[in-house]
Amino acid sequence: MQISRAVYVQRLGFSAVAALLGAIFALPLVWFAFAPFNARAELGLAIPKPFTLANFATVFQNSFAMQALFNSLVQALGGVVFVGTAATLAAYALSRSSVPGKGAVTYILLLFSSVVSGSAAMVPIFLIISAAGLIDTHLAVILVFAGGLLPTAMFILRDFIDAIPRSYEESAMVAGASPLQAFFDVALPVIRPGIVVVVVWAFVNIWGSFLIPFILLRSDNLMPASVAIYSFYSEAGTPIVTLLAAYSLLYSLPVIVLYLFVNWKFGFRFFGGIKS
Amino acid sequence: MKKFSLLSTRAGAVFLAPAAALVGIFVIIPFFWVIFVSFTNQTLLGRTALEPDFVGLQNYVALFNPATFFTRGQFGFSLVLTIQFVLLSALVGQALLGLVLAWLSQAVSPSLKTFLQTTVIAAWILPEVVIGFAWFAFLDYDNGTLNMIMRSLGLPPGDWLLQQPFRVIVFFNTWRGAAFSMMLFNSAFQSIPPSYFQAADVAGASSWQKLRDIALPLIRGHIVTDLILITMWTFNVFTPFLLTNGGPSYRTEILSIYTYRIAFKDFEFGKGAAVGVVIMLINLVFALAYLRIARIKTAEAE
Repeated sequence: MQISRAVYVQRLGFSAVAALLGAIFALPLVWFAFAPFNARAELGLAIPKPFTLANFATVFQNSFAMQALFNSLVQALGGVVFVGTAATLAAYALSRSSVPGKGAVTYILLLFSSVVSGSAAMVPIFLIISAAGLIDTHLAVILVFAGGLLPTAMFILRDFIDAIPRSYEESAMVAGASPLQAFFDVALPVIRPGIVVVVVWAFVNIWGSFLIPFILLRSDNLMPASVAIYSFYSEAGTPIVTLLAAYSLLYSLPVIVLYLFVNWKFGFRFFGGIKS
Repeated sequence: MKKFSLLSTRAGAVFLAPAAALVGIFVIIPFFWVIFVSFTNQTLLGRTALEPDFVGLQNYVALFNPATFFTRGQFGFSLVLTIQFVLLSALVGQALLGLVLAWLSQAVSPSLKTFLQTTVIAAWILPEVVIGFAWFAFLDYDNGTLNMIMRSLGLPPGDWLLQQPFRVIVFFNTWRGAAFSMMLFNSAFQSIPPSYFQAADVAGASSWQKLRDIALPLIRGHIVTDLILITMWTFNVFTPFLLTNGGPSYRTEILSIYTYRIAFKDFEFGKGAAVGVVIMLINLVFALAYLRIARIKTAEAE
């Protein structure tokens, strides 16, 4: 039949274009699949012969590089604790209490947070942190990220909590629970998936970002991996490719693992624009 | 009607306090502080670091000085560059490519769809410095993957970061950010009842006709949302710095990188703040447009 052949050709064409686009997207990353395992890796694409983990061994022995990964962890976890706690409490209050003007609050906060972006806020953030005497501390990075990510986190969580029936907590309170008990014992377990998503989102955002620690930190022993990675350049300014590749892979692992986790647990989709 | 509230106003206020403090100090105060600093000659070092003088509109006059406005490395040049960068990499690149990717995803086999989406999303979720370095290796003149392909096709290789730096960051940002548009359009397409397409199939419509006559009109709202969000993000993105440092000779110095250079390399906080204010004003226009649409959508849903 004529039509089915046309449909068949079209399907084939679509598949070919999809495969080509997928390949184009993969191209800049293919190098990363090989270079970390190649003891003589250069910027060129080459299958490692022999396949080796020597680059990783070298990176693991580099105490500065390991310290940087640890610093990333401190800053990301610190930020996540602040964002997770403050956003959960605030989103719950905005959803369930009768604080006046709560409808407008979320919108105004979102407005501010998208207007005061990284590039516009560089100068005042630096001045505030400097005035608070926090320049060159983990706390500075943690607090700045917490403040910046909170409006979106509250927005996502509030949507999530609004969708949960109030009758859960109401019946608990009818049964004699105090409002706090209703929050901790009834609401919190139900909200947990939403909190997990927000926490993962915040972690990935802080873990991957470069500009804020780059501006606020000075000491080598506080630098997160995103900034410290530039120490894998020789004094002449050329990259030490083998170590950079291995280190980049180590540094990317948490993000990949968290993505797979969210994808497996919830299916990766939108929670109010998951990345800023 | 007064709803029974589960949390008293006082408890609600206590619950809100930590978030209010953090957002207040790190989002609201910077908003006003940057406006204040933009009217001073504050610097990092020297007397003006501690006692900045009020200079009125001097910083703005310097930014908008017509004699140097379009000179390379000046504000106007960066502004024009940023507008081109947003138009090409966000509106044309990310949105159009995202739409194509999402449309293709609906039509191909599940395994091919997984492959396509995985590579596109990987470009989006990996840390920016890793991506920056991957591209640095990809574009290397002697050994980079791109030139390897060019040579094997018999085409002349290029020193892309030196010869075509602006095109590089446009392609780079398109590649990096297409995932968001793709995912947004994916969920938009999935919200269309399949019966619409089945009816079109029966009538013998081509894929292009289905896209143009059924899908696009139905996802108009998603398209506007996508355009506003990616415009706002691309306008503020700092990642090209990791590839080009704003160079060579300011040819990739988009506004975020310009602000960084003025404030943290030249240490002219006052002037950097003035640039920040201009960026905020432009962001404000987009954010208001976005919130307006989001509100209309919520109102329609209720």
